[in-house]
This record gives sequence, C-alpha cells and structure tokens, in this order.
Amino acid sequence: MQVTMTVNGEELTREIEPRLLLVHFLRDTLGLTGTHWGCDTSNCGVCVVLMDGEPVKSCTVLAAMAGGHEIRTIESMEQEGVLDPVQQGFTEEHGLQCGFCTPGMIMTARALLDRNPHPSDAEIREAISGQICRCTGYTNIVKAIRWAAEHEAAAAPGS
Amino acid sequence: MQVPAPFEYERATSVEHAVALLENLGSEARIIAGGHSLLPMMKLRLATPEHLIDIGDLTDLAYIREEGGEVRIGALARHRDVLESDLLAERLPIFADAERVVADPVVRNRGTVGGSLCQADPAEDLSAVCMALGAQLVIRGSGGERVVPMRDFHVGPYETAVGDAEMLLEVRVPLRPDMGSAYEKVERRVGDWAIAAAGVALSFDGGTIAEAGIGLAAVGPGTVHLTRAEDALRGQAPSEELFAQAAKIAGEDCAPTADQRGPVDYKRQLAGELTHRALRRAAARALQQEV
Repeated sequence: MQVTMTVNGEELTREIEPRLLLVHFLRDTLGLTGTHWGCDTSNCGVCVVLMDGEPVKSCTVLAAMAGGHEIRTIESMEQEGVLDPVQQGFTEEHGLQCGFCTPGMIMTARALLDRNPHPSDAEIREAISGQICRCTGYTNIVKAIRWAAEHEAAAAPGS
Repeated sequence: MQVPAPFEYERATSVEHAVALLENLGSEARIIAGGHSLLPMMKLRLATPEHLIDIGDLTDLAYIREEGGEVRIGALARHRDVLESDLLAERLPIFADAERVVADPVVRNRGTVGGSLCQADPAEDLSAVCMALGAQLVIRGSGGERVVPMRDFHVGPYETAVGDAEMLLEVRVPLRPDMGSAYEKVERRVGDWAIAAAGVALSFDGGTIAEAGIGLAAVGPGTVHLTRAEDALRGQAPSEELFAQAAKIAGEDCAPTADQRGPVDYKRQLAGELTHRALRRAAARALQQEV
C-alpha cells in the first residue's frame, strides 16, 4: 500500500507493507536513524517522535496509521547549525551519558515546553515518566529541560 | 524484532463505513483506534487479524459531554482527553484518579477509552471504573444500536459482547444526586498494570447511601463486580465500620491468582484496603468533605 505523511516538514509518499511500524519506517525506509528502537513493547520510550505535535511511541503506531499526519523527529531539532534550546539544555546540564534515550527524551521535552513553557519539576518528571534512562538517574534530564524552559523564557519577545 | 503477521489495512471514513467493512470482511477483521492494546497483541501473534479497519479519522467519536442526565464518552476519546476533561473532573473524579495511573503520559496520548474496554484485560483500569459507575455501553452494528450494561460487557478475559460485525460507540454513565467516586490503585512502578485496584461510586439520599458501585481490577479472571459489598452498603449511613465491612467482603469476593506481582493473600488484603480507601474518598467527595 501507499502511505503519504509529512516528516520534518516534508511531505513524502512511500510504498509500504501495512504491518510496517512507524519506527521502522523512519529508520529503515527513510534512513532517519536518530529515532531509536528499544523495547518494542511501548515501555521504554526511546522511539518517541511527535505526531501532530504530541509525543507517541513509534513502535506502537503503524506507518499506515501515520498517513496524513505530521511526524517530527530528532533530526528536525537543529536548524542551520543552531541547536534547539532543549538540545542545548541537554548539553549544558549533562543530560545524557550513553545517549540512547536522548532523542525520545528531547522530543517529549519539546512537546511539553510547547504546551507548558514554565513546567514545575514535578510536571517535567511526569512528562518523561513513560521513558526510561538507565544512565543519569533522571536528575540531569530534569535539569536540562528546566534549562531549556528558562532560556526560552528569557529569549521570548516581551519577556 | 517483534512484527505483526501480515494483514490488509483500511481506513474507515464513517461509522457506517466501518460497520460495513466489518460485515464484508468477516470475523478476521478488527477495528484499530489507538493501537496500544491491539498492536502489542499482534506483535506477540496473540492476535492475528487479516484485516485492520483504522477508525483514527472518526474524530467525531472523541467527545466527552453531559446529556440527558448522563455523561457520554465517545469510544475514540483518548486517555489524555479523559484525564484533562473539566467535565469529568467535576462530575466523575474517578476517571481522573484512574487515568493518572493508566500506563504513562505518552501511551495516554494514543490509547482510547473504547480500545481499553474492548481489550477486556482483567487488570484494565477503566473497566473497573465503568463497573463501579454502572456504565452502559452503546454497540453499533448494521442493524442499529444496542445498549449493554458494563456487568455484561466482558464475557471472559479478552472477550466482549461486541459481535464480529459490531463496534463499541459510546460509554454512558448515569449521573445521580449527591454522587461521589474514587479510584485507588497500587502498581509496582509507573505505567505498570495494577497489583490490585478498586473503583467506587456512591450516591446519597439524605444521610444514607442510595446507590453503591464497586469494581476491582487485576484480582480475578475479569473485572470483579462486588455485588455483595454493594448490597451491604445500600441504605446504610456511611461510617468507618460500614466501609471496613465492605472492604472485608472485597477481600473475600475477589479471586486473585499468585504471580510476579504478589501472592494471593497479599492481593486479597490489598483489594480490601483499596476498596476501603476508595469508599472513604468517594463518600468524602459526595458529602464535600474532601480535604
């Protein structure tokens, strides 16, 4: 079957098998390997991408179901050499060690800040509670997201 | 790598279209909405439908509204919609109690009310909520709609009253005067299934309990409907002693099995304790004494 969706702002059409999962469509069909593939059971959250702006676990979405929707992956975050504030926050606050969970964490954080620019630490922890990091103990990830929130607020016009 | 068995995929453009597809494609066709119950089952090859009918475009079915003395929730309302609904927070706080502990926030962005109920997992939270609330489920087939009470909706583990050529359309919850509801769950870690959970709905007439509903999750071969405890509560004035009596019945009338989440005696004890806590909170909410 054919599927047409928008990935990182570009509309594209591909021939797929209906059973192809979105995570494999992104990684294998499109070569966007920034989205990681982990537990395969919608537990670990390393495969999180944004679908119409909201985080979803792409191992539990069929590529066919994403047809007509807008998908955003980690590859879209850096623009013309400038990191997204969330990516910058992970750099500044040492929000990763091995980096395996990082793309999913960053996408969830982006969606959180888009809806709630001033989250509390509790809200940050709640937002990432569906994603597992085995390195950091989460503390630096929370700090990284807080860093991004503070710097986006400072950079926002009128603030 | 977990991959579903091959299937054909179609997108429904309306409820009528979905029902017509179900009828034409036969018993090997399944509805898919959020996919967060069905796709994991398909990856494990526990479900091998030959056709999937995606109802994701039927956004008209994602409503939560009050109508005719009932709260009506469309089958395609997502867990997040339920968690964030002001109407439900005000009228039926049991839903927010439960949704806070259904899976995790990312899963809640996709999973739907209809999908959760139709999965008919004995540990599923909203099934216990709907049991407590005495919900009615609207099922649609080519011949029209029929309404099934929650106590008859699950006919066995992973089996529902929804026929091959039918789909679940709506959940209806009757609103009663001076009503309070609550959900209590213990899980091993964030996002896990319950070790045990209890949903309670109470309504009052003056100083006595007019109607009581209790549903338990994860402590039986299906959602447990505590009719004997409900009978013990009806017509009585609320008290710690009364709630303790109902909690004792909860521990006796559930049917847990020992597994990696705990032994039977622990689960019975937990089911009783959570029933007690949910009764206390539901009563406090109904009588507006919640602190």
